[in-house]
Amino acid sequence: MNTFALAMRMLRRDWQAGELRVLAAALIVAVTSITAVGFFTDRINQALHRQANELLGADLLIASDQPLAANVRDLTRQHGLHSTETLDFRSMVVAGDNTRLAEIKAVSDGYPLRGTLRTAPQRFAPDAPAVGVPAPGTVWLDAGLLGPLNLNIGDAITLGEARLTVAAVLTHEPARGGDLFSIAPRLMLNAADVPRTQLVQPASRVRYHLLVAGDNAQDISAYRAAITPLLKTGERIESIEDARPELRSALTRARSFLGLAALVSVMLASVAIATATRRFVLRHLDNCAMMRCLGAVQRDITRLYVYQILVLGLTASVLGCVLGYAAQGVLVNILGSMVSAELPPPSLWPVVSGLLTGMITLLGFSLPPLLQLKSVSPLRVLRRDIGAPQISNLTAYGAGITALAALMLWQAGEIKLGLYMLGGTVVTLLALGVFTVLLMRGLRLLHRHHSGHNSVAWRFGMANITRRAQGSVVQVVGFGIGIMALLLLTLVRGDLLDDWQKSLPADAPNRFLINIQPDQVAPIRSFLANAPAMEKHGKPVLFPMIRGRLTGVNDKPITPENYTDERAQRLVAREFNLSWAADMQADNKIVAGSWWKQTDPDKHVISVEEGLATTLGLKLGDSMQFSIAGSEFNATITSLRKVEWDSMHPNFFVLAPPGAFDTYPASFMTSLYVPIDKPDIMNALVKTFPNVTIIDVAAIMAQIRQIMERVTLAVEYVFMFTLLAGLLVLYAAIQSTLDERIHESAILRTLGARRGQLLTGLFAEFATLGLLAGLVAACAATLLGYVLATQLFHLPYTFNPWLWIIGVTGGTLGVGLAGLLGTQFILRQPPLQTLRNA
Amino acid sequence: MTEDSIRPIIRTEQLAKRVNSAESPSADSPMNGELILLHDINLTIARGAAVTIVGASGSGKSTLLGLLAGLDTPSQGRVWIDGVDLFALDEDGRARLRGAMIGFVFQSFQLLPNLTALENVMLPLELAGRRDAREVAHAVLVRVGLEPRVHHYPKQLSGGEQQRVAIARAFAPQPKLLFADEPTGNLDRATGTRIVDLLFELNREQHTTLILVTHDETLARRCNQRLTLDAGRLLVAGSLADPLIDPIINQGNAA
Repeated sequence: MNTFALAMRMLRRDWQAGELRVLAAALIVAVTSITAVGFFTDRINQALHRQANELLGADLLIASDQPLAANVRDLTRQHGLHSTETLDFRSMVVAGDNTRLAEIKAVSDGYPLRGTLRTAPQRFAPDAPAVGVPAPGTVWLDAGLLGPLNLNIGDAITLGEARLTVAAVLTHEPARGGDLFSIAPRLMLNAADVPRTQLVQPASRVRYHLLVAGDNAQDISAYRAAITPLLKTGERIESIEDARPELRSALTRARSFLGLAALVSVMLASVAIATATRRFVLRHLDNCAMMRCLGAVQRDITRLYVYQILVLGLTASVLGCVLGYAAQGVLVNILGSMVSAELPPPSLWPVVSGLLTGMITLLGFSLPPLLQLKSVSPLRVLRRDIGAPQISNLTAYGAGITALAALMLWQAGEIKLGLYMLGGTVVTLLALGVFTVLLMRGLRLLHRHHSGHNSVAWRFGMANITRRAQGSVVQVVGFGIGIMALLLLTLVRGDLLDDWQKSLPADAPNRFLINIQPDQVAPIRSFLANAPAMEKHGKPVLFPMIRGRLTGVNDKPITPENYTDERAQRLVAREFNLSWAADMQADNKIVAGSWWKQTDPDKHVISVEEGLATTLGLKLGDSMQFSIAGSEFNATITSLRKVEWDSMHPNFFVLAPPGAFDTYPASFMTSLYVPIDKPDIMNALVKTFPNVTIIDVAAIMAQIRQIMERVTLAVEYVFMFTLLAGLLVLYAAIQSTLDERIHESAILRTLGARRGQLLTGLFAEFATLGLLAGLVAACAATLLGYVLATQLFHLPYTFNPWLWIIGVTGGTLGVGLAGLLGTQFILRQPPLQTLRNA
Repeated sequence: MTEDSIRPIIRTEQLAKRVNSAESPSADSPMNGELILLHDINLTIARGAAVTIVGASGSGKSTLLGLLAGLDTPSQGRVWIDGVDLFALDEDGRARLRGAMIGFVFQSFQLLPNLTALENVMLPLELAGRRDAREVAHAVLVRVGLEPRVHHYPKQLSGGEQQRVAIARAFAPQPKLLFADEPTGNLDRATGTRIVDLLFELNREQHTTLILVTHDETLARRCNQRLTLDAGRLLVAGSLADPLIDPIINQGNAA
């Protein structure tokens, strides 16, 4: 017997009858969401791997806070490698009356060693590969600087003490693919002009990079081996294997987070698939019994359905991959430009993982019940009440649940994280499930006490929920998760930002002034004192800032490798800003030890911020060794302080008494409040003190907000698939109860129920499901928001009633109407026909 | 007369069916816990006969039909179909035997709703691996007068037309045995008569043995052998209309 041909014919018929559509749709949604995320992260991953040297601008680079020693440069020449150096720092750019913060990059001939710079002759003009680097005396600017500064090509700008001419618009630069990790637009100049700007002073924050490239990989690895022992702490190698660590860790997080968000859709889709399969099996019992009667052996039946499901599954999965490819375009639009200007096309891996996910989900959740069709008794053709194989939930879906768990471990990428997530998911689902059951019990009680006031229609609708309790819980949890995710991403996120901004006083400092040179302290004080509208906000305090690297604790040398904590590693790898003060700042509080007295002769004592002490495992009486401008500073911790970081006042991890740092180079910083309507004060300040860098807190907040908005938009997008899958669960559930509902409504209509009453009953049922889902979602979102605010961000929590209003009304109306839409056609069936066929 | 034509098409020996009654209060007593659907049935049905099984509702007609067709398994006893010990075969073996030798017509037609009339008739031929399934099925549908309706779905056909499709499906593989369970039960009298005429015509043309369960006395009277069941016991032997047919009815424990 040609089972395959028959299977295909039956597949076509079953498809036309609409029985398999929900199943296929669920599978498509699952595969689309997985592959959309897969394609997107794959493209970024490829950009990181294939374009690694493009992202680096070299084959290898050495990054440092200090100018690199001559021996490092000499070694490059000895190995016969190409090299070039860059300096990166932030400074103000002045053009006419306008000033803007810019990220400055000073480059020399040969930059970049890998990849190309691209420039355009005018804003919005087409760009082309640049020839060389900016000539001395000229700068290339990002379009993001030209606009706000109202500049054209050929205009002059002031950078520090230097006047330079704008020669081109910089449109593309290796190693600066995206805007995710920069706070200001780019200005590129020739390294030869840096001394003229006078911006690089001993205490200013500058990153030095030595870019290296070679003709073959062996030279580079030989160089790497030779240079590694010469590097001091604070000097770091980045090669194409570990380029852009910040991008890599962002990618890893994006992959697990978006991947898991997509898995939530897969989970819900599985529920839809399981429900749809159950109905399919029940509806095919008679067919199978008949075919058994006509001589089909068990193997025929098995093959018939396995072929059908395989072909359907493969087709749906392939379609899901195609849709996933289209869907990733949206993710690239939202997030891609933050990473790299041009992403390479994806590999085929996401297709493989999409097909695998699709088939595993399908086979896990639909094969076990389908396989039971073969054991249908042929006697069923004579006696319809017998011969239905018992489909136990555990045995039928054990395979599916195992498959989902495996998918989750796979998606997480590592066992520990995967198990963690698996545990978290199980606990969350159980908690939501238990909560839903409690809500349903409450509803039933309420319903029992007030049933006199309810109409028949509502009573009937509500009764349907409790009657199909198991299915109802699954639907409520499914919708609950979808709604909760959207509430968290929109309302709770906004609340947290608003809470934070509200927690600041209205005249909290909104500008940071850094890079103030010691001889500018008095002039800036008097400048600010004389500036209009500034006097009433108090005299700003200028704090000295000394940059030093932590080299040891209790006379034992330390390196980042001594710590497992990521933050501790970062703190040790970078330079600290140290300061001194005679009196403690008003917003600091001693939590251990005591502040020094002015009469205290010992200058080798320090006060450490308690958070830092915890991260680095420091306590009172410990000593810390810092390397400051090449010499060592050793001091004992005599107090721990609690600091209000978001007061917007300058604060320091480590403070020493006055005089402790007298021999070291220092710069000064302050923060101040500039009235919103007086931005000119800052323009005037930059013109007078061109080396001073002004950081606009509002601008940075706006940027953080923008980045958060894009990231959440991407996550919301992925959660749209979750809602879609939730809808499919609803439709599958409706379908599986359709025959029952048609029969019920026929009986009710025969008994005199009007169409309106039946519609109300249906709406009541689904609206209540939606209401429960909305309640679950609002509750969970409130709880999570509270935990995030109080535990993670330490903000006073403000209750947002909109969370409940939107969650509950959205859920009630959304699910209510969707359910009504899926069932209202029941009422169009003539009751007599229904009853006769039953 | 060849040996093949002498051998009865169906023979049963001590055939009985008992089920555990869920309502029974004492599970430890087998007699109390069991419901006897069929008492020891011994019968022989000759090739080419038209046999009717009659009896009140619940007398065991469908149970007997199910056992004779190998759709169910007996609690005791044996059934030989054309000399093959039916219950010595496994479930799949019985399915193969049904595919090769047995056709069915049911009260509720039992057409596959997702296949057209033609595809429904093709199904048993395809299951048997026949390459000419489409042609044969088409020819049989023409024979039952459904040529204009071959591509219609069961839903689009009247009850009588659906039963004609079912009859075409039953006769298409040219079975040796045809079981019909209340074939006119869902049809009005006029349509029922036409269906019965068709059934007997095809039965004669193909020299099939017909075994019919019915409440319809006119239909029962057209058969040449009658098996009457009462509470699971076989009561009366049928009349002999054709001297070529020599059914031996052993009433067994029935008395």
